[in-house]
Order: sequence, then C-alpha cells, then structure tokens
Amino acid sequence: MSSPGPLPLPAPNADSAAYWAGAKAGKLLLQRCRDCGATWFMSRHLCASCWSEQVESVEASGRGRVHSFTVIHRAPSAAFAGQVPYVVALIDLAEGPRMLANIVGAGAREIAIGELVRVTFEQRGDGALPQFQRAP
Amino acid sequence: MTLRNKACIVGVGESEIGKVPHMTGLGLNAQAAKRALDEAGLKPSDIDGLITAYSMTEPYFMLGSVLAEYLGIQPTYAASLTAGGASPALMLMHAADAIAAGRASCVLVTAGENRATGQSRDQAVEALAAVGHPYFEHPYGPLIPGFYAMIARRHMHEYGTRREDMAAVAVQQRANALLHPNAHMKKPITTADVLGAKPIAEPLGLLDCCLISDAGGALIVMSPERAKDAKSRPVWLWGAGEITTHEHILAAPSLTEFGTKRSAEIAYRMAGIGPKDIQFAELYDCFTIVPILEAEDAGLVPKGEGGAFFREGRAARDGELPVNTHGGMLSHAHAGAAGGLFGIIEAVRQLRGEAGARQVKRHEVALVHNEGGILSQHGTLILGRERR
Ligand SMILES: [Zn+2]
Repeated sequence: MSSPGPLPLPAPNADSAAYWAGAKAGKLLLQRCRDCGATWFMSRHLCASCWSEQVESVEASGRGRVHSFTVIHRAPSAAFAGQVPYVVALIDLAEGPRMLANIVGAGAREIAIGELVRVTFEQRGDGALPQFQRAP
Repeated sequence: MTLRNKACIVGVGESEIGKVPHMTGLGLNAQAAKRALDEAGLKPSDIDGLITAYSMTEPYFMLGSVLAEYLGIQPTYAASLTAGGASPALMLMHAADAIAAGRASCVLVTAGENRATGQSRDQAVEALAAVGHPYFEHPYGPLIPGFYAMIARRHMHEYGTRREDMAAVAVQQRANALLHPNAHMKKPITTADVLGAKPIAEPLGLLDCCLISDAGGALIVMSPERAKDAKSRPVWLWGAGEITTHEHILAAPSLTEFGTKRSAEIAYRMAGIGPKDIQFAELYDCFTIVPILEAEDAGLVPKGEGGAFFREGRAARDGELPVNTHGGMLSHAHAGAAGGLFGIIEAVRQLRGEAGARQVKRHEVALVHNEGGILSQHGTLILGRERR
C-alpha cells in the first residue's frame, strides 16, 4: 500500500452544507419537502418525489434498525488499512430513509439484521461523521 | 420501436486474456476487433459504426474517437458509453438502435482494459471504491465487495440462502472455464476452497469475487440485409430491455429485488417469449450472489429459490438451464466494461453450436443480463439462433 493518508473527511458542497454543519453540531439532519411531505437522506436541491424546490432540513431522531451489514477485511485504501476488520451497515432510520454508516463501539461485530442502533458522531478533521452504535 | 429482428451479431472476438503485460488496453480492444472482423470475413472499411465504453487504466476523455483513430477507421456513427458493467448489453442495444434508424449498418462494439497489469492491485481496488457515493458512502470505507456483501447477507436473511449456494456458483463456473481455451483461470476449485478463502467483506471471500484481468472483447453487429455478406452464421437479437433504478446502494429500492425484473420483462415482451423459453443464460457475476439474484429477477426461477437452483446443479453445464457456460467474470475474465461482453460472446458461440467441449444441448434461445453500479443500471438481451 502507499502511505496511509487520513481517513476521508466530510466534504460539504452546496447541496450538503447544512447536513455536514448539522453533523458538526451533533445533529443528524434529513431533508423534507414542504409541498409533498417526502423525507429523505442524501441532500438534494429538489424533492425527488415531486420536484418541488421547497426543501427544508429536519432533525432525525437518530434511531434506526440495521437493514444489512458487512464486516470489511480488505481495506479499500491505505487510509482504512489500520481499521480492519470494521462494520459497514445500511441503517433504516425511524423516519424512513436509509443511510450507510459504520457500526462502532462495544459489540459492533456482533451486530445483527433488525437490531436497534442509535447515532453517535465521530470527529474527522474539523467536522464530524454520523456513525451508529448498538442500542439494546 | 422494437429491436426484434433488427440486428444480427455476425462476429465475436476475444483478445489474449489473463496477464498480458505486452499489450495496452487499446491493443486488447484492437486485437478482439480484428478477431471478430476476421471471423465475419469482413474488412475494416466495412465498419461504419463504433461503440465502445470507458477505460479506468487508460482514461481517455473521448475513448470512441481515440479508438477509431487507433483502428484507422472513420465511422459515421461513434459513441462511448459509461454504464459500468451494464455497458456491453447497452452497447449492443445502441448498435441495434443505430442500425434500425438507418444511421449505421455494420457496427463494431468493443470494450476492454489492461486491469491486471496496467495498474497495481491496490490502485484497482481504490479506483473501484470510487463507485460508492463520494460524500455519503466513501468516508465509511465500504468497498465494492462490501456493497454486494450487504446484498448477499440480506438475501440470506430473507430467503435462507447459504454461503454454500454462492460457492456453488463459483465452483460450477470454474468447471466451465476449464473447458474454455482462453479462460483466465486454469485450476479447478471446490466448495471448501470457496468457503475457506480469505475473507474480503463478510459473507464474501476472495473466491466469491470476480477476477481482475487484462482482456478485450468485440462484436460485429450488422443489419439483417448486410449480414448476408458475412461468412459466419448470424445470431439474431430477439429482444432487449434496459432500466436504471438508482446508483448508490443507500438509494436502492430493495436489496433483494432489482431492476433485472423490469429490464427482463421489457426484453421478453419484445421477443414475444417468456422465461420458460430460455434454454441457457449468461448472467452478470461480479460476485457469486449476483447470478442468484438475476436468475430470480429474470423469472428463470421463483423468488428465493436462486440459491437452491445453483446448489442442486440445475445451472450446471448439464443442468436444466446452464448458466455462465464460459466461466463468467469469476473464472473466464473480468476487465472493466469487457466483463459482461464475454457473456454475449459466449451466447453467440453457444447459439451457433460452436462452443466445443462446453456446448450446451439446447441452443436456440439465450438470455444475457448485464448490470452496472450496485445492481443500478440493467440491460437484458434475448438472442436467438434463427430469425424470430
Ligand atoms: Zn415533494
């Protein structure tokens, strides 16, 4: 492997600035359409259900369930080589949308499909990354 | 517009496959193109259309015109398509579109890269990881096999699919590859080998993952009228379907049912046949779970029975519905957009009855499925030995 650089940092752009500012402040933000009420993860300029541009940020409860997960043994880049084995999961948030994150903290590798998890925030650079831990 | 009976494949070609350090990616494409053209008994000036894909090892901005220049042709129709693993099926559909619209009558379809020797293995893994969402997935180190691992685990959870079922895919395809003179892999493997291989992303191990090869493939696609000029036996496009349902796994509508269902339905309707009429299939197989899912979603087996279909040997070369008779991307070759192209090439050879030791008994109609991204974009083809 080449030199182990830092783990990838949150990279805000015009679509996601509010999301990452929220994470830095310890909030998990979703977007909601003021016209049709759709709620989603993955920041966008408009609502993908009705194409309304009347989009607002709303704070999620931070609770969810594991839809599926994997334990990574082969790091995708030098930066992750020191992290293996680690858990990557798809989380169904209580509000409905699905997001991807690591399961971190005690018992992470014993996680199972359907298990309850709650959000926690990992400092990365001068920002923060939403992560999840088991919430029995 | 229907594409039924609008285009024929009259030539197929494979480059040298495996570790081919003495050739560039463009060279691999050119060699495959020459072999396909020779097989059809045509000359370069007969080509009036060119469709290629993309290259990660030789990332030219305009690969279509770069390749035309390299081959010394001046096509009046040229395009380069970036649809990941779905590219080959979609390239053939675009070729048929161009022919049906009268924009071309002899189209060279080609793809290939020197993925094995044109970059280091770490570079290959790192480049492919970029397929994840740059902002919402990449920071979590997900790895492409990791995305498919989550799909596999969900299928196991919902339908009781087992690691042994996925291993059967790898073992049977290796057996098929051993009968293919140009396959990358030359040694047999057992279920124990697959289950005991180095873990990559649980539940997937190294032998659940496709190869990284140097390889190029090519098709010559012609209008039925001009196909009479070719010396080879033409294979007919009966039906084709495409759909895009998402790009990133976090936005996939389901982890156990994918766009394959819709693209196959479109292709069946165009061909005027159903899944029961399919005699063999060449299914995309970047990971062992994928042919299981595709066999189900294309209606070849009931939902949830894909694992048993492979485990019971029904997809083996002598089974009721042989799958990936050349060895697939798990054992024959995988090089970027060329991976699924070899499935089309194999279907053509089988339909002609020219597959030698691996020839299947019933070879009048085949289904080929390609997918790109994380089962995001899909192309289904139905190919026939005769005009439909
Ligand atoms: Zn809306």
